[in-house]
Amino acid sequence: MTVMNMIQALNSALDVMLERDPDTLIFGEDAGYFGGVFRVTDGLQKKHGLKRCFDTPIAEGGIIATAIGMGAYGLRPIAEIQFVDYILPAFDQLVSEAARLRYRSGGEFHAPITVRAPYGGGIFGGQTHSQSPEAIFAHVTGLKTVIPSNPHDAKGLLIASIEDNDPVIFLEPKRLYNGPFDGRHGEKLKTWAGDPLAEVPEGYYTVPLGKASVVREGADVTILAYGTMVHVARAGIEDSGIDAELIDLRSIVPLDIETITASVAKTGRCVIVHEASRFGGFGGELSALVQERCFWALKSPIERVAGWDTPYPHAFEWDYFPGPGRIAAALARVMEN
Amino acid sequence: MPDPRLELYIPEPRHRPGDRPSFEHLALPVAGETRRPDVLEEESAMRDMPFGLVRVLDEAGQAVGPWAPDIAPDLLREGLRAMLLTRLFDDRLFRAHRQGKTSFYMKSLGEEAIGAAQAMALSAGDMCFPTYRVLSWLMARRYPLIDLVNQIFSNEKDPLKGRQLPILYSARDYGFYSLSGNLGSRFGHAVGWAMASAYRNDDKIALAYIGEGSTAEGNFHEGLTFAGVYHAPCILCITNNQWAISSFSGIAGGNETTFAAKAIGHGLPGLRVDGNDFLAIWAATRWAAERARANRGATLIELFTYRAAGHSTSDDPTKYRPSDEAEAWPLGDPIDRLKQHLIAIGEWDEERHAALAEGLDNEVRAAVKEAEAVGTLGKSKPSVREMFEDVFETPDWRLIEQRRELGI
Repeated sequence: MTVMNMIQALNSALDVMLERDPDTLIFGEDAGYFGGVFRVTDGLQKKHGLKRCFDTPIAEGGIIATAIGMGAYGLRPIAEIQFVDYILPAFDQLVSEAARLRYRSGGEFHAPITVRAPYGGGIFGGQTHSQSPEAIFAHVTGLKTVIPSNPHDAKGLLIASIEDNDPVIFLEPKRLYNGPFDGRHGEKLKTWAGDPLAEVPEGYYTVPLGKASVVREGADVTILAYGTMVHVARAGIEDSGIDAELIDLRSIVPLDIETITASVAKTGRCVIVHEASRFGGFGGELSALVQERCFWALKSPIERVAGWDTPYPHAFEWDYFPGPGRIAAALARVMEN
Repeated sequence: MPDPRLELYIPEPRHRPGDRPSFEHLALPVAGETRRPDVLEEESAMRDMPFGLVRVLDEAGQAVGPWAPDIAPDLLREGLRAMLLTRLFDDRLFRAHRQGKTSFYMKSLGEEAIGAAQAMALSAGDMCFPTYRVLSWLMARRYPLIDLVNQIFSNEKDPLKGRQLPILYSARDYGFYSLSGNLGSRFGHAVGWAMASAYRNDDKIALAYIGEGSTAEGNFHEGLTFAGVYHAPCILCITNNQWAISSFSGIAGGNETTFAAKAIGHGLPGLRVDGNDFLAIWAATRWAAERARANRGATLIELFTYRAAGHSTSDDPTKYRPSDEAEAWPLGDPIDRLKQHLIAIGEWDEERHAALAEGLDNEVRAAVKEAEAVGTLGKSKPSVREMFEDVFETPDWRLIEQRRELGI
C-alpha cells in the first residue's frame, strides 16, 4: 500500500494496464510527452514508449473515432478528453457509433474503449471547465458511465473500465484530484494524506462496475451521491446531526439498484445529490427508480439537491455548487415526516 | 466603379428537370493521359494528381496508358460477375420493396465497379468501411446472397437479428465493417483501425468510403488529419457520384476544387480516378495499397462516378435533375465498359454474357425465394429476445427486467 492522491492512483492504473496488456494504449490532447494538463499520464510515454502514450490533434471527434476503429481491430484504447466540457464534438461518435456498434453489427464488432475526462466543478473553472454532463451519457443506451470519489476506487474502477468490453465514460472529479473536498470552500485545502481511501495497492486490482459503496451506515435517511458530492454529503450529514446512510454509487451505468433499494427500504427517506443542474439530471432517474421500487417504504417525499438550472457560472461558483448547508437542510426537511 | 454591395452566392447545378443535360464543362482527360507516379514518390511531387483523372479503358475498350494493369482475364471476369450480380440483385430487391416485402432499399446503379474492383484489389485480411452503395464489394467477396436477402427482409434468419435498416449490412469475415445510416461517421474508424494494424506491426490496411456530400462533415477532415499525422496505412475513398440526395456536388464544395485535392492540405497523395472504369479503380487501389503497406501512409482517392438511380426507394430524382442526365454521363456505364474490354481482348462474347446474366439472375431469384420462405418484413422476425441482446456484452438488470416485462 502506498498513499496516493487521485492523480497518482489513476496514473498507477494506467501504468499497470500498459504493463499488463500490450493491446492498451493511451492518447489525447497533451497526454503524451507532457503527461496531460492534470498530469494523469505523467511519465507513461517515457516508461512505456511513444506508441503506448501519445499526443493527438485537437479534434475530440477524431480522437474517439480513432479509438473506436482501434477497438474494432482488437486493441483496448484509452482516450483522454482534456475536459469533459470538450467532449461534445465527439458526441456523435459516442452515441451513434461506440454505443451502437455491438448491437447493430449483431455482435461482429464492438468498441472496448475507455474515455477518461476530468469533470465537475469547484475549481473556479467557469462554464467550460466545470460541468457535470453525466446524465447525457447515462441516457445513451450502450454506454457505461463511471465516477470515482477517492484514489482507491479511482484506480480499481479505471482498471475495471479498461478491461470492460463495452465503451466506458470515465469521469474524474477534478476537485478531488489532489485532496478530498467537502464543499467547505473557505477552509484550508486538504490533501489525501491520512485518508484511508488514499491507501492504494501498487499493483493490479479492480473495483467492479455497478457496485455501490455504503460509505456511512445510517438509520433514518438514504443519501445517494457520487464523485465530489460524496464528500460534501458527508459534511452535510455532520452538520445536520441526522443519522443518514450515505451511498457512493461509483458508476451510474451500470447502476447498483439493489444497494439503493435495500437502503431506502430500511430508512424510508431519500435525498439525492449531484453537482449537475437539476432538471433532467440523473437525480430525476434515481428519484423515479426509488419511487417505483420503494414507494410503500417512503415516509416523506424524495429530495434532490443539485446545481441550479443555469449554465455553470464563474463568480457565483459557491452559490451554484451544492454545499453541505443545502444538504443538511434537505435532510432536515425529509425528517419532518 | 464596381458596385460596392456584397452579394451572397448560392451555387446551382447546370441543369434542372426539363433542361438538356451536358457534361462538356468537365473537360475530362482521356484514357492514358494522366501520369502514374512511382508508388514511393514524395507527396510533394504529386500535387498535380488530384487534378488529373486516372483512366485506363478508352472509347474502344482497350486498356491504355501507364495505369493499365497486368491483370488476368479470369480476374476481370470475376469482377464482371460481381458487378452484374450487384445490378441484378438491386433490380430484384428494389422491386421487392415496391411489392411491400421490405421497408427500404438503395441501389448501387452506375457505381458497381467501385466495390468490386477494390474488394479484388485488396487482401482478405484488409477491412473496408463502407457506404451504403458498395454492395459489389460483398458480391466480389462472395457473401451469401441468402444472408443479404434475409437481412433486407429482417426475418428470423437475418444475420443482424432484426436490428438494422435494410442494406446496412455488417460482414466482418468478408472485410466489410458495420454500416450506419449516419453519413461519414466511420471514416475515422478506418484510420484508427489502420493505426491499430500498424501498432501491432501487422500488414493489414483499411479502406474507407465516404460520399462527396459527406466530405463536408467534420468526420472527413478529422479522418484526413489523423491519417496524415500518424501515416495511417489506409486508403481513403470519396465516391463522388455527383448527387447527395437532391444536392449537386457544388453544395459540398465540388465547384471550387476537386474532392481529391482535399488531400493536399493534409500532405497526402490525392488521386482522381474514373469511377466507372474497373481497371483504373483496380490499378489505383493497388498503387495506394502498395504505398500504404510500404509504411508511406494514406492516399485519398476520389472515385469520379455518377449515381444513375435515385438516392433510395424514398427518392424521385426526376424532381431535381433531368430525367436523362444519366445517359449524358461522359464516363459511360461500368458494366458495359468492362464487358466491352473483355470482348475487345477476345476473352468474352455476347453469348457468354447473356448466359452469365441468366445464371446470376437465377441465383438471385433462388435466394429471394428461399428468404421469402422464411418470411418477408413483418411476416417473420428473429426472437424478440434479440432486441435486448448485444446492448452490452452482458445485459444489465434494466434489460433483463424489461425483457420480462414484455413477457419473454
